[in-house]
Amino acid sequence: MELMHTLRGLANQNAHAGAYAYFLGAGAYNHFVPATVPHLIFRTEFYTAYTPYQPEISQGTLQTIFEYQSMLCDLTGMDAANASHYDAATAAAEAAVMAINSVRNGNKIIVSPTLHPHYRATMRTYLEGQKIPIVGDENVSMSLDAVLDKHLDNQTAGVLVANPDFLGNVRDLKPIAERVHAAGALLIVSAYPIALGMYQPPSAYDADIVFGEGQALGNALGFGGPYLGIFACKEKYLRRMAGRLIGQTTDTQGRRGFVLTLQAREQHIRREKATSNICTNEALNALAACVYMATLGKQGLRQVAELCYHKAHYAAQEIAKLDGYRVATNEFFNEFVVECPRPVAEINHMLYEKGIIGGYDLSNDYPHFKNGMLLAVTEMNTREQIDTLVNALKVKS
Amino acid sequence: MSIVANKPEPLLYEMSNPGAVGYSLPDCDVPTTALPNHLLRDELPLPEVAEVDVVRHFTRLSQKNYCVDLGIYPLGSCTMKYNPKINEEAIRLFGMSQVHPMQTPETAQGALQLMYELQNYLGEISGLPGVTLQPAAGAQGELVGILVIRAYHLARGDSARNEVLIPDSAHGTNPATSAMAGYKVVQVKSDARGNMDLDDLRAKVSDKTAAIMFTNPNTLGLFEEHVRQVNQIIHDAGGLVYGDGANLNAIIGIARPGDLGFDVMHTNLHKTFSIPHGGGGPGSGPVMVRADLAQFLPCPLVAQENDAYVFVTPERSIGRIKSFWGNFLALVRAYAYIRSYGKEYLKEIAEVSVLNANYLLALIRETYDLQIPERLCKHEFVLNGTRFKKDFGVSTLDVAKRIIDYGYYPPTIYFPLIVPECLMIEPTETQSKASLDEFADALLKIAEEARTNPRLLHDAPHDTPVTRMDDVKAAREPILRYRPSAA
Repeated sequence: MELMHTLRGLANQNAHAGAYAYFLGAGAYNHFVPATVPHLIFRTEFYTAYTPYQPEISQGTLQTIFEYQSMLCDLTGMDAANASHYDAATAAAEAAVMAINSVRNGNKIIVSPTLHPHYRATMRTYLEGQKIPIVGDENVSMSLDAVLDKHLDNQTAGVLVANPDFLGNVRDLKPIAERVHAAGALLIVSAYPIALGMYQPPSAYDADIVFGEGQALGNALGFGGPYLGIFACKEKYLRRMAGRLIGQTTDTQGRRGFVLTLQAREQHIRREKATSNICTNEALNALAACVYMATLGKQGLRQVAELCYHKAHYAAQEIAKLDGYRVATNEFFNEFVVECPRPVAEINHMLYEKGIIGGYDLSNDYPHFKNGMLLAVTEMNTREQIDTLVNALKVKS
Repeated sequence: MSIVANKPEPLLYEMSNPGAVGYSLPDCDVPTTALPNHLLRDELPLPEVAEVDVVRHFTRLSQKNYCVDLGIYPLGSCTMKYNPKINEEAIRLFGMSQVHPMQTPETAQGALQLMYELQNYLGEISGLPGVTLQPAAGAQGELVGILVIRAYHLARGDSARNEVLIPDSAHGTNPATSAMAGYKVVQVKSDARGNMDLDDLRAKVSDKTAAIMFTNPNTLGLFEEHVRQVNQIIHDAGGLVYGDGANLNAIIGIARPGDLGFDVMHTNLHKTFSIPHGGGGPGSGPVMVRADLAQFLPCPLVAQENDAYVFVTPERSIGRIKSFWGNFLALVRAYAYIRSYGKEYLKEIAEVSVLNANYLLALIRETYDLQIPERLCKHEFVLNGTRFKKDFGVSTLDVAKRIIDYGYYPPTIYFPLIVPECLMIEPTETQSKASLDEFADALLKIAEEARTNPRLLHDAPHDTPVTRMDDVKAAREPILRYRPSAA
């Protein structure tokens, strides 16, 4: 009782999406979580079990991850998906290592300046010990095409691009894919799974590896974690993929069942020669994603994506009408840059007092947007919330 | 297992029914905008299942799982203790679960305060005051620790050190981590008492040694008797000592790794600090370091400035190790767990976990062969199944599978790699005497069956949703996703 009192006291000092209107994204999104998700993932049989080492009494976990892998393949258009990484940032690092190991003569990685700043930073930490250079974001205002002009050569192992990118831009990456492949490198795409409800999957422009932040698929915001890194690739790179994989097989009586498989890649067998030191996945988060995709299904995911799209575009159109504000992203899904008449920190403070959590302040990561605010709109934002935001911005402009 | 659980469960795709939906979303309440047709996908081939069928599907699947809340889960090295329910209440508070990681620290002071206090608790428990809560798992904590050690040597201009020493009893993550950080792995032998072989250690340590990584108590469940000597040998050679905190449960509140000469260690919140294992994650693996190494920790840390909690980047930080601020909801659970014990009672965790392991061992040691018979174990012990194999033709795998028939999860098997036919048992402190008696009784019956009716063990398990699986087929012809033809 006393403990809950203490914990409630701490919780009460945090603004949260149950009480505030959120227009904040930047890698984590306030999406609708159907009631099926918490009720099913917090069945004790799921959350108090461990790694399914003994398949005979772990088929629940094993089959759900197999279903998760299957649905991720369908969502991304890739051939194979693993059981998840810690989050998108570590998935990015693992993708870079995989590219280095897959491409002959590949000894450097190019990152788009509009890949999430946390992912770029994490990749650098991970690859530091292995002395693999990461280039491309020296000048974060540079376009992707200009970055490739400068860096792409036959020493390049992989190019990491986000679509939508950190600033919200969505584009057809086919021309980029052609350039990258012509140089012999892999195209590695960071995807936003909700956007894939309506946009073409990365397979449509021939991506080799797809990763991304899976939080949006039914996982709580939770101040940043635990989330899950989604990870999928083409068949030919499968055996260089790190992380846990679930496969289908049969038992001694010929019945279908599921097991941990291709473990010869992993640390407990290969030790220092393993593809990575990872020895868990984010199983419960992957289960949440699985239940989420099962609940929304083919039609629901499309509908969520379209709601995000329409609401975000409505918000952008209304903000663009305000004096002093300019929408700086043209082709976007649910997130866009607004150049504001005043520093974003000031505006956000004013919005907070009106019950609104404003967008991400870009001034540190993208200094060329001095008063740039990255606004995200999801299906959770009502028209009333959007109108309140627009009015609040107007008053002080 | 119940009859329901043993019935085959179709895949979601096989339950798909065109037009079925499992959700209800509001209509669009804003004017619509033309969709970008040139960028849209043609089809999204996900299953279509009604809500009630989704719920039944996952409920039925859940019944095919064993879990801690069903009974003893004696997976050695994994510390499958009971997960207190209050922790789950705590993470459901909206002020925990619905807080956005990118909102300004001013609007999330409760979250930062919790992190700040947890940093302090873990610093106190380990005796190593520099703490990062960022790592998402023990393996990631190892990587952070080794990168901190690397940064320390490089900052001193000491760039020739390229080796990490690792005992042969270590977890596979230790060598894999060292390789990821660019180090060469040098293996150190164990001696007959289950300690590190000091002669072998002295022969292998050199001015190339960046660090040693070892677990204490080690994976044999034994406290390293020469821990101070080992650490002295490494320090004399200019290296640092990394402690794999996987087995902290055995010594928490009693011995502080910092006092024993460890410089860096990680702890697994999903082991010692009662975070549920979630079917294989998420975990959380904070890293603790000596005060002078805190300048290298990954960013950000939480600090207190004036009357507010803020994120700060250490002066010579190795950088970022994941998105955002760590697995926050795992931190909330660990915080609740530590607060529920308090400083005085934490040591009871270690005392009872060691007592339980030794009690269970005493019940079965006449029948099973202990790897290192002359020593008391800590929180877990390791059996050697060579005699069973030789005398009865029964492998450790067979014993493990027969344990399932008795309604329990089997212990860890074939690890550590240095013990043939290895069986590693960790009961944890959250087992009653009665449940230990029952489990021991099952082990004794199985030993008897091994002698009288080994076939029972070869064919085990018998009454489960599936019997033994064809792993070779799974790896040779991998089917990693649903395909209609492969169903």
